[in-house]
Amino acid sequence: MSDVTMTNQTQAQKLDSVAARKARIMGGILIALALLVIFVLHVVPGESATFRLTTRRDAIQIPDLVVPGAFNYVAAALLAFLGVRQFLQGGARWTSLSLGVGLAILVMAFLVWATAGKAFNLTSMLQAAVLASVPIALGGLAGVMSERVAVVNIAIEGMLLAGAFAGALIGSLLGGWIGLVAAILVGGSFGLLLAVLVVTFRMDQIIAGVVINLFVLGVTSYVSSQVFSEYRFLNNAKVFRQWEIPFLSDIPVLGPMLFDQNLFVYGAFILVGIATYYLFYTKNGLRARAVGEHPRAADTLGVDVYVTRYVHVTIAGMVAGFGGAFFTLGNVGRFEENMTNGRGYIGLAAMIFGRWHPVGALSAALIFGFADSIQRKLALLNTPIPSEFLAMAPYIATIIVVAGLVGRSRPPAADGKPYVKE
Amino acid sequence: MDVELRGITKRFGSVVANDNVNLTIRAGEVLGLLGENGAGKSTMMNMLSGLYSPDEGQILVDGKPVEFDGPGDGIEAGIGMVHQHFMLVPVFTVAENVVLGVEPTGKMGYLDMKRARRQVEEINEKYGLHVPPDELIEELSVGIQQRVEILKVLFRSADVLILDEPTAVLTPQEVHEFFGIVNTLKEAGKAIVFITHKLHEILEISDRVSVLRQGRITGEGYPKDLTEADLAEMMVGRPVSFTTAKNTATPGRTMLELEGVSMLDETDDRVLDNVSITVRSGEVVGVAGVQGNGQTELVEAITGLERIASGKITFDGENISHASVRERHKMGMAHIPEDRHKSGMVDSFTIAENMVLNNYYAPEYSKGWAIDWQKVAETAARYCVDFDVRTPSVFLPGGSLSGGNQQKMVVARELERETKLVVASQPTRGVDVGSIEYIHERLIGSRDEGDGVLIVSSELDEVLGLSDRIYVMYDGRIVAEFDNTDGKADRNTVGLAMAGSFGEDAA
Amino acid sequence: MSEHKDLKSVNEKMRSLMARTTHGRDDFEDLVIVPLFAVVVALVFGALIMLATAVDIPTIGRSFVALAVGSVGSLSAWSETLTAAVPLVLAGLGLGLGFRAGLFNIGAEGQLLMGGLAAVIAGFSLDFLPMVIHLPLTLLIGAAVGAGYAAIAGILKATTGAHEVISTIMLNLISFELLNWLLRQPWIQREGRSDPISKSVPDSARLPQLLDWISPNFRLHAGVFVMLLAVAFIWWLLFRSKVGFAFRTSGENPSAANYAGMKASLVIVLAMATAGALAGLAGAAQITGVLGRASPGFSAGIGFDAIAVALLGRSHPVGILFAGILFGGLEAGGRQMQVDAGVSIDLIGIIQALIIVFIAAPLLVRAIFPWGFRRSSKKEDAA
Repeated sequence: MSDVTMTNQTQAQKLDSVAARKARIMGGILIALALLVIFVLHVVPGESATFRLTTRRDAIQIPDLVVPGAFNYVAAALLAFLGVRQFLQGGARWTSLSLGVGLAILVMAFLVWATAGKAFNLTSMLQAAVLASVPIALGGLAGVMSERVAVVNIAIEGMLLAGAFAGALIGSLLGGWIGLVAAILVGGSFGLLLAVLVVTFRMDQIIAGVVINLFVLGVTSYVSSQVFSEYRFLNNAKVFRQWEIPFLSDIPVLGPMLFDQNLFVYGAFILVGIATYYLFYTKNGLRARAVGEHPRAADTLGVDVYVTRYVHVTIAGMVAGFGGAFFTLGNVGRFEENMTNGRGYIGLAAMIFGRWHPVGALSAALIFGFADSIQRKLALLNTPIPSEFLAMAPYIATIIVVAGLVGRSRPPAADGKPYVKE
Repeated sequence: MDVELRGITKRFGSVVANDNVNLTIRAGEVLGLLGENGAGKSTMMNMLSGLYSPDEGQILVDGKPVEFDGPGDGIEAGIGMVHQHFMLVPVFTVAENVVLGVEPTGKMGYLDMKRARRQVEEINEKYGLHVPPDELIEELSVGIQQRVEILKVLFRSADVLILDEPTAVLTPQEVHEFFGIVNTLKEAGKAIVFITHKLHEILEISDRVSVLRQGRITGEGYPKDLTEADLAEMMVGRPVSFTTAKNTATPGRTMLELEGVSMLDETDDRVLDNVSITVRSGEVVGVAGVQGNGQTELVEAITGLERIASGKITFDGENISHASVRERHKMGMAHIPEDRHKSGMVDSFTIAENMVLNNYYAPEYSKGWAIDWQKVAETAARYCVDFDVRTPSVFLPGGSLSGGNQQKMVVARELERETKLVVASQPTRGVDVGSIEYIHERLIGSRDEGDGVLIVSSELDEVLGLSDRIYVMYDGRIVAEFDNTDGKADRNTVGLAMAGSFGEDAA
Repeated sequence: MSEHKDLKSVNEKMRSLMARTTHGRDDFEDLVIVPLFAVVVALVFGALIMLATAVDIPTIGRSFVALAVGSVGSLSAWSETLTAAVPLVLAGLGLGLGFRAGLFNIGAEGQLLMGGLAAVIAGFSLDFLPMVIHLPLTLLIGAAVGAGYAAIAGILKATTGAHEVISTIMLNLISFELLNWLLRQPWIQREGRSDPISKSVPDSARLPQLLDWISPNFRLHAGVFVMLLAVAFIWWLLFRSKVGFAFRTSGENPSAANYAGMKASLVIVLAMATAGALAGLAGAAQITGVLGRASPGFSAGIGFDAIAVALLGRSHPVGILFAGILFGGLEAGGRQMQVDAGVSIDLIGIIQALIIVFIAAPLLVRAIFPWGFRRSSKKEDAA
């Protein structure tokens, strides 16, 4: 053996690490938010915002929350502190947490600014937020179910719309419960259709989804202009009322939010629980996830990849159909053209935000629902912001989520890829 | 358990992958199955595991004919397969991977992981596998992952184990350990099929050898009666010399120099740690190492595909630390990528288009903002003739070529240009012996024309056969450097360095 | 190596290598039979849906007659068909280019709205310019704004990895709100109106009518030439230019593009911007050729139909031209159908969606129509 050189080193080097760069960007964003709060969300000193937490009818009364305008100075200072800390520390921990906290502070400052000198019922807004999050959560859950077996489901929007339509039509004819079942079945059949197209016929998953959306939009619009406009009784279903849960619904703030809602809200929470148990604690859940991560491995172990995908995408369709029924049976009782208006896509964003986990998707959906209900309630408060811009809020939030969180979250490895048996 | 293949034929379209194959596998015996890439080894074994079903012939288990029509059927009959590309879910734990498909369950489909873990431990102990049941697969080394694969088939109480190219990803020392496990299994009465294209391994571990060429059994025998040369001839169909003829190198000026180069991945782990190497003109420098020890990243750093976090890269006297891929390419750096399908070519593009994949902007192919496709076609045709790329037309899709011809196409594109440095990553992976010889000759040819050549390969034999100097990588670091003029580097010492167990005292 | 080879034989070999391969039967099946079957099956399904919604058989017959007459049955029908085809083809070209570059841009609708609105604003605010400058400038501004709007999604994808499907859909929804708001701004809104509607584009920025000398009802305008030019340009861009080669490589194999030194983020932004420019141009052509002013939802789903056009045309400029004319015909015929047979034009949307299903899943068409195709070889299944 001849000249052997050993290279030995562990000297500390200053490396330009990814985390440090990210922290600097986050720091910059937080400082920008601080400036935004100072200059744009400026509240005249002396004015204060009143948030009502209970209504007169409630069993337990708690006093209104009165926030002085000076709160926004504190908020700006906090944001600036977080930002500077991220900026200087470089590669610091808690980068994402800081951003989350920062955004929460921003929302609070915004609410104080918008409500300054007025009063605003916070509890009813939160109640509406939970309600608004239901279709998004169920859409997100449908996304989780199908993407966990590696089928990208852009068709959630169409499945929601189909569920809404079937719920209204059958609900008008045969009553709410049967309408609900019909919505679930119709959603499921579109799930099945998606499975047929992408699993058996190996159609591009995104195209298949887009096509189902176009198809459902076409059919429902066609029927509603061809038929519903003439026979109005076909589009007039009874709505599921709120079910107050005794005692629990009397808890201030939380009670109205969680325990004085309709079937769909409870259904969404229960389904999320079931899905979590199923995916992570059962035999079939393990197999489903294996199919999503490494279908060939699952196949060699005798797990039928095709059947697994069929079953789960169909279940996803049923979940989305249930979520779609919310629009008609859980809300207005009538079907209108394109009434889902992009909620399915937002559900998909919620799924990404929630890292392909049912509970994560639900949490993300609650945030979107919150953005949605803020925009509705603020329209009543006469803020200087035009209503169109408020209406954009959930969409912009979606873009931010999708843009800001990729890289940190990891989709199932085989997501979007057709599986061809050898 | 004994298994017999009788008159098995399997066709894919017009291609006959297996042609009237007869083979017997006996309990307590290691059968070595030797053959080139594409000889039909994997097809045959996939039929044994139930993934394919034969067009003709019979499979007999203990003398009784069986029919498999699904991937689960083989394992049910006691035939387990350890695939060359591991069939493991990276984000699952070892135990989850092992029990997948045969999970111990409680009420309501509840997954009983406690029981699963206990069962894994039992097998661990019985065969001395030492696999941690709760670790995630992605955090284990390839060697351990392979044991998980073995554990998987044992868990399903397989009596026949098919090991497809199991040593491709192991260091020589790991191979030794692995042979230990194989012997334990054999003594426990298991029948083992050991598939490989490495001659010395077959002679070392097998009790009996069968050789496959172009879908047919072309030779059978016992290791004690056979030499490597015999086997090679049976495998390739003509006498083969495995050493590439070459003169002694005459190194000139420094072509490439890396000084303290480090690189981080997305999670800020150091995938290259303070790497310093040089390549001079007129020499072949090899980088040996087990796959996944930073070789891919080293090539990415040199070619500009990934940014480096610190250090300096000099190419022919110029600092290129932050130069783009294209700038480096224009300066005369050729790059044969490690996975041609992933990045070296576009399957659906024509051969002509593939021949200018990274050179399409060059003035000689330009007409203003457009590409002169006539000129491209001429060049492509010339390259095909020069490099013996066998195709009826340059307008056929690149994906229609055989693996060896695809690789020759990529090599032709990279070497025909005026270059100063050739970075060749796994230059002969998945290629037939004839093409391997040819590509090796051309790489040496580039050296003799005065290029610096850097060869990164996980095939130690390839590195030893071609290089004038060898670096060994382990865990993102260069751990050793050997002079290999006239092949004087010692295979075992290099192997030790690859395993990272190469202390300072060895110098 | 080659010194032993006879130079002549080498030359011969080269010549044979460079001989063009003829188009095989596969191409024919792909480009002609599959689309043909797709259209037929979609029409049959359309009839079934009409049956299901209690439309009687004579009416169904009359609707198909109306569909045919309204699309190709007369000169006026052709004028309508081509008029409808112009924005579809323009936007479809952009989407097809995106598909080739591996980008699934669903945002044509929003890009078209923004481009059209920009054209309106350029139209009424630059009315002092002579037509030779004013009209091209108006179209260009429309294209530029469309490009800018699409580039947002491109930049987001290039820098953060945000999936373009979701971001372009969100940008669509945002553009609807933005349009509604802008149309109520005093400097855009038509004087004396309270509903959201813009001022009109003066004649100096209107695409000239081509057939108004026959009848003022013939709406065909000079946008057809813009459309044909765009088809030729995109063909050149994709298959002849260097940028196009980079687009196609990135679409087919992103890591090969990376290896070849093509800057992925640049390609994404450029491809998105080009697609957006074409969608914006479609909007501008629709405004300056047909509508003359902007109102909420003036895009009328063209951006979504263009997705179907691009898929049907196999992302090939010439294919997109034919697909656009087909869809224009369905549009024009659908209007006739609504008038003559009283069947809602929404049916056309269903037929269009069905056409894409069959186009995008050739395996499905083969399964429904086993005849007309060669038996697919085993090799293809194993691939």
